Amino acid sequence: MSEPLFEFLCRMGDNTLVLGHRVSEWCGVAPVLEEDIALANTALDLIGQTTLWLNLAGEVEGKGRDADALAFRRDVWEFRNVLLVEQPNGDFGQTMMRQFLFDLWHKGMLTALQDSSHDQIAAIAEKSLKEVTYHLERTTDTVVGLGDGTDESHDRMQNALDRLYPFVGEMFVSDAIDTAMMAEGIAPDPADLRPAFDARLDEVLSDATLIRPTSDFAHKGGKSGQRHSEHLGHMLSQMQWLQRAYPDATW
Amino acid sequence: MSSPESGSYDATEAAPHGKPRATEWPLWEVFIRGQHGLSHRHVGSLHAADAESAIKNARDVYTRRNEGVSIWVVEAAAIAASSPEEKGPLYEPSNDKVYRHPTFFDIPDDVGAM
Amino acid sequence: MYAQMIKSTGKGVKSLDEMDPEERAFQERINAGGKIEPKDWMPDGYRKTLIRQIGQHAHSEIVGQLPEGNWITRAPTLERKAILLAKVQDEAGHGLYLYCAAETLGVSRDQLTRDLLSGKMKYSSIFNYPTLTWADMGAVGWLVDGAAIMNQVPLQRTSYGPYARAMVRICKEESFHQRQGFDIMMKMANGNEAQRKMAQDALNRFWYPSLMMFGPSDKESVHSAQSMAWKIKMNTNDELRQKFVDQTAPQAAYLGLTIPDEHLEWNEERGSYDFSEPDWEEFFDVLQGNGPCSVDRMEARNKAWDDGRWVREGLLAHAEKKRARKMAAE
Repeated sequence: MSEPLFEFLCRMGDNTLVLGHRVSEWCGVAPVLEEDIALANTALDLIGQTTLWLNLAGEVEGKGRDADALAFRRDVWEFRNVLLVEQPNGDFGQTMMRQFLFDLWHKGMLTALQDSSHDQIAAIAEKSLKEVTYHLERTTDTVVGLGDGTDESHDRMQNALDRLYPFVGEMFVSDAIDTAMMAEGIAPDPADLRPAFDARLDEVLSDATLIRPTSDFAHKGGKSGQRHSEHLGHMLSQMQWLQRAYPDATW
Repeated sequence: MSSPESGSYDATEAAPHGKPRATEWPLWEVFIRGQHGLSHRHVGSLHAADAESAIKNARDVYTRRNEGVSIWVVEAAAIAASSPEEKGPLYEPSNDKVYRHPTFFDIPDDVGAM
Repeated sequence: MYAQMIKSTGKGVKSLDEMDPEERAFQERINAGGKIEPKDWMPDGYRKTLIRQIGQHAHSEIVGQLPEGNWITRAPTLERKAILLAKVQDEAGHGLYLYCAAETLGVSRDQLTRDLLSGKMKYSSIFNYPTLTWADMGAVGWLVDGAAIMNQVPLQRTSYGPYARAMVRICKEESFHQRQGFDIMMKMANGNEAQRKMAQDALNRFWYPSLMMFGPSDKESVHSAQSMAWKIKMNTNDELRQKFVDQTAPQAAYLGLTIPDEHLEWNEERGSYDFSEPDWEEFFDVLQGNGPCSVDRMEARNKAWDDGRWVREGLLAHAEKKRARKMAAE
């Protein structure tokens, strides 16, 4: 049981780790000060959630690794985040669309995890859900505002949606790990989260005057760890550099 | 500051406080009521495209997400004002971000004040 | 300091008897420790000097995000990353508070931003220096924020109400900044050989630029005298620099690091440290835009502003559409 549970916790923690890192790249260069500050808050929330998930993963694994060891000392093939979150920031529209799509999935997932049979998971989900509910409110407004803004902002948001939509499907794919989690009542079947996601997505896209791509093609390989995109390796080479270059140092 | 003692600021388009300009987000004044039921008080200002985003921005800028606060925003241009004397607002950082508190860092006594 | 070498009117300080009744009442209110508020009468020179000073201070906060933002994605632990991010976020917040204070004087944030990006307005020289190792995050917090606090604490009592209130809020947050910097320096100074070297190297590179933050001696300056009479400058540059050296020298000793000044010595008679002046020629070069990172910093700010234009316009257009729809429905 401990191995699938460890995998599951890495999936949750790696999603927030990688996305938190991406969002933190905006610090100091956002379109307006108020957004700069809001993006930093989102990144801080995600980094905080990462610490909770990965510390629990390390505990479950029982090999003495903590959140930092997992975040800074694993290589690409050991990461379990979905491909969506490792996609580059692109322009502000792409960052907001990526965040919105993730937030919408994340909120559904955390809501279900509040009822987890695993007490610590339920507790982390409850704390995270408060933060993520706000993330989703904010990104929903921004996606609608920019979609229904100027011609240019509309086109940029449509491009962002077209670019990122092929990464949506992976968040709802069920595999053996998910089956094991369901059997223990630890986590929901990701596929069950899809109808609510789709319904809300359609509402928001309609308000944003954006058109949902017709193809449901989905890239896969992030959450299983079988095939990440090239972007993740570059992110890790930056994120992990100090820990790798000075392995005996404490910081 | 491009020369050792360059001139004071000569704004080319000084504008009345709070009036929105064509391409600029309007200015909003932010009022917050904390958890202890005291009345709303002015904490500062910010820019936002509309009232809804002003409230969200206020939440991010002035409460750093502290739960249990009520926020009012008023477009600065809509405020009629006398010349009040007001005391500086105090700022309470978010409870769960302990590292924002100076006391989070253990500075040895012999280092002196910091 | 974050606002270096701000010129006031340059005419020398008038005595109360030379002032007309309005100005006399204004000056007497300041002398009595009262605050000037946005709707109060004020001399044009006071207003313009304040816009320049607060604007430059705000710009320094915003440009100051860049050298530290440079290390957020390379922070060595999750906690260090969160702390650094929170700190750089605070700087954005400080810039925001200060722009809002400047706006009460009748200038818009966008106008000030355009003047920064065109090079018409400046920011503190310190942010034109590169951050090269993780120890620089320690040195910036310890030295740069330490120097900034020297100036900002007295400014909480400045005569202009909105500026004073912004400084109260800023000072409350700033103490965490210096402490997190010193905390990094302690870890580095007590770490392995490479970490100790990094810490000493960071101190070597940031010591003199930190001393320059206070600006050249302004004992004889009429501008400084006017600003002090208006209580928008509370101490001379030399006073603050001395205070900074006196506070920092023992801290360096505690860390086991050497301040790169062979003339640094305790002067029993003065009750202060003697120390070497920084290279003022370098300071003026940096002010002229020839700092090691001057071009990079301005390019980064310009790019952020240009790239963000469609976002600002898009959200504004949406707000207008929403308003129009609401009115049509009523």
